[in-house]
Amino acid sequence: MAQITLSNLRHSYRPDPAGDDDYALKKIDLTWEDGGAYALLGPSGCGKSTLLNIISGLLVPSEGKILFDDRDVTALPPAKRNIAQVFQFPVIYDTMTVYDNLAFPLRNRGRDEAIVKQRVTAIAEMLEVTGMLSTRASNLSPDNKQKISMGRGLVREDVNVVMFDEPLTVIDPHLKWKLRSKLKELHQRVRATMIYVTHDQTEALTFADQVVVMQDGEIVQIGTPVDLFERPAHTFVGHFIGSPGMNVLPCDVRGGAAFFGGEQITLEGPSGISGDGKAEVGIRPEFVSVSRTGGGIAAHVRKVADIGRHKVVEAIAHDSRIHAILDGEAPNAGDAVMLDFKQSQTRLYKDGWLASRPEGGAL
Amino acid sequence: MKKLNQRAWLFVTPVLLLVAFNALIPMMTVVNYSVQETFGDNLFFWQGIDWFEQVLTSERFHKALGRQFLFTFLILIIEVPLGVAIALAMPRQGFWVPFCLVTMALPMLIPWNVVGAMWNIFTLPDIGLLGYFMNHTLGISYDMTQNPLAAWVTIVIMDVWHWTSLVVLLAYAGLVSIPNAYYQAAEIDGASNWAVFRYIQLPKMKTVLTIAILLRFMDSFNIYTEPFVLTGGGPGNSTTLLSIDLVKIALGQFDLGPAAAMSLIYFAITLLASWLFYTLMTMNDNKS
Repeated sequence: MAQITLSNLRHSYRPDPAGDDDYALKKIDLTWEDGGAYALLGPSGCGKSTLLNIISGLLVPSEGKILFDDRDVTALPPAKRNIAQVFQFPVIYDTMTVYDNLAFPLRNRGRDEAIVKQRVTAIAEMLEVTGMLSTRASNLSPDNKQKISMGRGLVREDVNVVMFDEPLTVIDPHLKWKLRSKLKELHQRVRATMIYVTHDQTEALTFADQVVVMQDGEIVQIGTPVDLFERPAHTFVGHFIGSPGMNVLPCDVRGGAAFFGGEQITLEGPSGISGDGKAEVGIRPEFVSVSRTGGGIAAHVRKVADIGRHKVVEAIAHDSRIHAILDGEAPNAGDAVMLDFKQSQTRLYKDGWLASRPEGGAL
Repeated sequence: MKKLNQRAWLFVTPVLLLVAFNALIPMMTVVNYSVQETFGDNLFFWQGIDWFEQVLTSERFHKALGRQFLFTFLILIIEVPLGVAIALAMPRQGFWVPFCLVTMALPMLIPWNVVGAMWNIFTLPDIGLLGYFMNHTLGISYDMTQNPLAAWVTIVIMDVWHWTSLVVLLAYAGLVSIPNAYYQAAEIDGASNWAVFRYIQLPKMKTVLTIAILLRFMDSFNIYTEPFVLTGGGPGNSTTLLSIDLVKIALGQFDLGPAAAMSLIYFAITLLASWLFYTLMTMNDNKS
């Protein structure tokens, strides 16, 4: 168990990186608190697997340091770091039984057979695989194989961190949910630091207490699922989280007020932008209300999608597309409507970054 | 119930004909010879199982069979571990991969009788590179036309040179198919190099190694051309393997009956041994 600190981390897969574009990880400064459940969220190719492999020691970073508590482990190989990692595709040792698979990391470290037995039994119970212990691991179904991979990660009681690299990719949808809640439960029982890498926002938001969102080798926001949803620090987070993502509308800033197609938009609070210029207004579809007669921005409905519990309305106003999520009654395609933004949830973004702050609050 | 469509047989007929003409009919000719005696003029006399008894009880057959098993045993015991070792040492990516693969494949592309001739000249004591070097530079007496041990060493090394590549290439194919995550997981699990080989590489290579061992068994058990060109079965009968002996009986002595009986016994042994190998190597696969 340890607190993990990444300091000034940069990594490039090229031998002689020139510009920022050559770096898979641009500049990472991050601290993972001991015992936390973290998710590392980002689109494919954003550098999250690279970051994971650097923490586990499979990769040595081009620049920067990794500290486990106060110990510098940057140069240590994975076996010396006492970490565990679960991969996208289940890795199991085909010729061994489930028991031997789970015992493998302990036996490699020369642990006493009595302790091995006790640990394996305990882990098997947690994962509900006790009945399979004497089965050959190659005969298991993919989800059970992945459970065994997880079990091998959790079997050492003193691991500093358990990392999951998109572990549910090959699992059937109906089992994903089960394994995900199993993981959450495991975290509560073993209290080890866990880092869960995924590009699936549902997985990230259900698993983690803290979500780290990455894009193009940079961290754009760290926060609780609620933070990410309500106050995206960057329009990328707004787009990436939520379905559909945040509406981002072009606007002009004049004298501290935002104008969308000439109409003033009331923001949540004061703008942090000094001077006039182009910026963007961000509003989640959940906070856009649609009416036929009320006030707001005039728009016409392009289409309406019924996705079960609610309806997603796509409207066009001033050549921009705006989504709204409605419960119950919705207009029909082609209707002229008025859109109203909930003021406390209307944010201003400048160059992608959040630029407004709530009334009386900090940015 | 759905009516069965017998026309499906039409699609199988070409294969049946092909197999009949290239395997079944020639083989039945051999069966035919094996139970008859002929003195020429296309006159045949029923002989029953006499030829089989004669072959099975003949000391000459026992000795040739013994030599054949010894040869195949040596080939497998050397080529399989050596092939796996070379495959493990080969680079998995980069500039040297095609170079290694082509170099490995080269010996296999040389026709069998050319291999025999090459090694024959190579080992000649007076003019061959190896033969001259051994005898005149190192002063070690080495002449495979005189010394049975030298002849054996030569045919074994020749086959190792010619066919280890097959094991290498198959084992290599097995190795490169292992996803990187396995090695990473093993590293994190603290596995030693030996454990990685024993629990990851070897199991993943098992299928291709089964094929490699079967192929090397069959080919070395049926080997004819190379040792025939190299030693002609000599000195004396010391390298007369089963196939060489068979050709001597069939075409040298023209004893068609005993030769046919011997062919069938030879075939039965190859088949039985291949089946045993395969069964033993795959019997753990479906165990739970």
